[in-house]
Order: sequence, then structure tokens, then C-alpha cells
Amino acid sequence: MKRYWDVYKILLRNSIIREMSFKGNFLLWMVTELLWFLGQVLFVDVLFLYTDHIGNWTKWEVVLLIGTHQIISQIFQAVCYMNLSNLPELVRTGRLDLMLLLPMDAQFSVSTRQFGLDNVVNAGIGVAFVLFSLGKLGVVPSPGQVGWYVIAVLLGSTVHYSIMFALATFSFWIVRAQGLIYGYYSLINVSRYPSEVFGGLFKFVFTWLIPVIVVANSPARILARASVQPLGLILQLAVVSALSLTLSRLFWRRALRRYSSASS
Amino acid sequence: MSLSKYFKLFDISLQNTVVYRWNFLLRSLFDVMPLVGTVYLWRALFAARGQPIAGYDFEAMVFYFLLTLLVSNLITPADDDWQIAADIRDGQLNALLIKPVSYPAYRISLFLGSRTIHAAVTLPFVLLIFAVFHRYIRLPGHADTWLWTALSVGMAAFLQFFITYSIAMLAFWFLEISTIIFIVLSFEYFLSGHLFPLDLTPPWFQAAATWLPFTYELFFPVSVFLEKTRGPALYQGLLIQAGWVVLTWLAGRAMWSRGLRRYGAYGG
Repeated sequence: MKRYWDVYKILLRNSIIREMSFKGNFLLWMVTELLWFLGQVLFVDVLFLYTDHIGNWTKWEVVLLIGTHQIISQIFQAVCYMNLSNLPELVRTGRLDLMLLLPMDAQFSVSTRQFGLDNVVNAGIGVAFVLFSLGKLGVVPSPGQVGWYVIAVLLGSTVHYSIMFALATFSFWIVRAQGLIYGYYSLINVSRYPSEVFGGLFKFVFTWLIPVIVVANSPARILARASVQPLGLILQLAVVSALSLTLSRLFWRRALRRYSSASS
Repeated sequence: MSLSKYFKLFDISLQNTVVYRWNFLLRSLFDVMPLVGTVYLWRALFAARGQPIAGYDFEAMVFYFLLTLLVSNLITPADDDWQIAADIRDGQLNALLIKPVSYPAYRISLFLGSRTIHAAVTLPFVLLIFAVFHRYIRLPGHADTWLWTALSVGMAAFLQFFITYSIAMLAFWFLEISTIIFIVLSFEYFLSGHLFPLDLTPPWFQAAATWLPFTYELFFPVSVFLEKTRGPALYQGLLIQAGWVVLTWLAGRAMWSRGLRRYGAYGG
């Protein structure tokens, strides 16, 4: 474990040096993400021109939900996103060979090579919106609530990771897999909506099997509502994230057996 | 000038798309997820409100999103911008420049080819979605609406392509243009009516949107079909749309000829 941490520290340092040497690009990525995020807030603004609640969520609770979603997805994207979206390319070109030869777990190597510094800033924007919403709601969460919130957010990021990792792993079967990366955004799309709007089989599947609905909803609920019992929600999140992580790992192992390298 | 070579390119593009059929089948499949999410969201919203929103009831709202799905499947360029940028950056343009084809025409042929095959393959799928949601379908009451819709969808296709093409031309000046692509994409996503119908926004916003190109990439053709835009507003809209098509085309051409002078033919 210590060895992995040491390796990660070096990777992290390299990434930061690289990011800082392309400052213009770094700033542009920040602007890009900011625009996408502000668009979401604008959307909420438009929706609430016509209603004062969705499910039992008020406007600022929904903004808090979107801010939470932003934090979760940016934490995942900072650590892994770029690397996973490169995986199909590694498989196609056969450069995965190198990763497999390293004296480390291959899943670790393909997931953590580059760290996205701009995503940290964007997660900060999410935090700012969450704080602002709390102010608007007049809610001061207890230290306990904040603690559970942080745990729930990290569990949520794990779910993001598992989904994207499983999708990227499909590239062992399909040569051109950009469509799969697009799939991550499609699946995760619904996690910005209050879970009350969903129902039926859809809600079941996307709560338990591909748990995108609960990912941001549970932490937001824990933070915004003191009356909510956090333990049940945390337990549920822990179960679904452990499950999806395990499944994606099994899937990856299976895919690796199929790998036959390319060129050379 | 013989057009037959461009038909050949069109044909190659068809074949190329079929080779990577998995890629775009998956993309279409993944389109369903946000659609279902959207339907759920609006259902909850209409349930809470209990009355129409800006002339839409729940059924009309669902139909609006079905139409945007259909139109964007028909006309939105897939990865033409990335390909063009790669041509320029990696110097693959060299091979094309020495051939007796015009690059812009070459790109238009590829665009039309990939759109045609994409439409042909995803259409059954989109129709299936329409069949599932058949209760929400409301065909136009006036026969001429079909004509205006066809015209406006056609112009929207070229508008989208010329915007994509012009952005990709920036690769002559900048090494990395993916951020610019994503920035423009965010404007397209929020201001073209992809996420919500633009007539839900406050009047000042709508007034501004009338003059922006994004409106005409998606929202305008759909609102023509829904007969929300008729009479003078329709003619004015079509004129502005045509204006944007011409403007973006001229921009693309100008950037191409200026860019080519800067072009360093790397790689090759």
C-alpha cells in the first residue's frame, strides 16, 4: 500500500508540473467546465420560473444537489477521468503492454497516471455553490452532517469511477470506443435530478444496479436536511459503490484475458 | 467540375461509418438515458404545477424532446471537427492538397455521407422510441408546415456543419482546440434548445436568442414543426437562419484560405 502511495505522489508531482507548463490550456479547461456548470444552474433557474418545488425539493436545494454533483464528478475527474478516457486508445495501439509489465496492479496504472488540476478548481466552484445554497436555505449543518457528507461524496466518486471504468473496459471488444465515454455523461446525466421524480423499474435499476440516481442525491439530502437519518443512506451508498467497484474489477479481469496486444 | 468524385467520397464516408457501427449504435443507445430522465423530470414538474407552461402541456413537452432527438440525430455532425483539426495538426492535409479535390467540398461530402448512413441506421431506433411515446405525437395541422420544416432542418444541418468547420479551422492557429470545441458545444447545448425549449425563458432572453445562431441549429426547426412559429415570425426566422448559414460559410472559407497560407505541413 505504501509503495502505491509513493508512486502516486510522484505521478501527482509530474501532473502538476505538466499542467503548470501549459497554463493557457489549464485556464481554458476551467472556463469550459465553469460554462457547463453555469448552464446547469441556468436550467434550474428556468425550471423554477414555473414551479416552487420538484418532488419535495425547493430551488436552492436543487442548486445544492447540482453543486454536490459537481463536487463528486470533479473529484473523480481529477483523479481518473483523463486516464480512463485514454484506455481505449491504449488498447487499440497496444501501448497497454507497457502498463501490464509494470510491477503494479494494472488497474491502478491505467487509472491514475494523470491528475487533472483544473478539476480541483472546478470542485471548488461546486463547494462555493453548495455553501451559497446553504446560506439561501438558512441551513447550518452540524459537524456530524458535514462528516457524513464528505464520506458520501467520496463514495459517490467511487461510483462514477466504476461506471466509467466498466465503460472504458468495453474497448477490449469494440475498437473505436469514444461512444462509450459519451455513455458516461449520458448515464450520469440523471444524477442531477431529485430522486423523487423517478419511479418504477427505472428507479430500481439506476438506484441499485447502476446507482446513478443516489450518487448525488444522498449526500445532498444528508447535508441539507437535519431530519434525515444519515446512516441508512450511507450504508446504501457503501453497498452500491462496493458492488459496482467489484463488478467493474471483475469485468476488467475478464477483458484482460482477451487482450492480445497490437502491432510490434 | 465533375461531381462524381464527391459522390465517391460520400460513398467512402458511408462505408467508414458502417465499419465503426458499434460506436454510433452505442451513442444512439446512450441518447435514450437523458431522454428518459428528462421525461421523468418534466412529469414531476407538471404534476407540481398542474397547468401548462408557456403553451406546453406535459405531452407537448415530451414531443418537443422527441423532435429534438430526431433532428439532432439527422443533422448534428459527429466528430467532423476533431477529424478536420487532426488533418491540419498532423499534416494529413498534405495528401489531400495535392489531389484535385477542394478540401471544403471534400469535407461536406464526408459530412453528408456520414449523416445519411447515421440517419438510415438510427432511424429505426428513433422510430421505435417514437412508437413507445406514440401518445405524445401531434402532427402539424397545416400542410405547408412540412415544407417549411424540411427547409429549416436542411439549413440547420448546414449551419451546424459550417460552425463546426469554422471552429476546426482554428487548428491552423492553435495546437489544441478541444477546449474551444467544448466551449462552443456548451453554448450549443444550452442555447439551441437541447436542454429546454427556448420559449420557456424570459422575454428579454428570447429576444436576444432570436439573433443568435444557436437558436437556428435546433430549436427553430422544431418550433416550426410544432407550429409555434408561423406567419411573419416564420419568414423572419427563415431569413435570419439563411443569413447565419451564409455568414458561417463565408467565415469558414475565409479561415480556410488564410489558414492555408500559415499551414506548415508538419508530419507528412
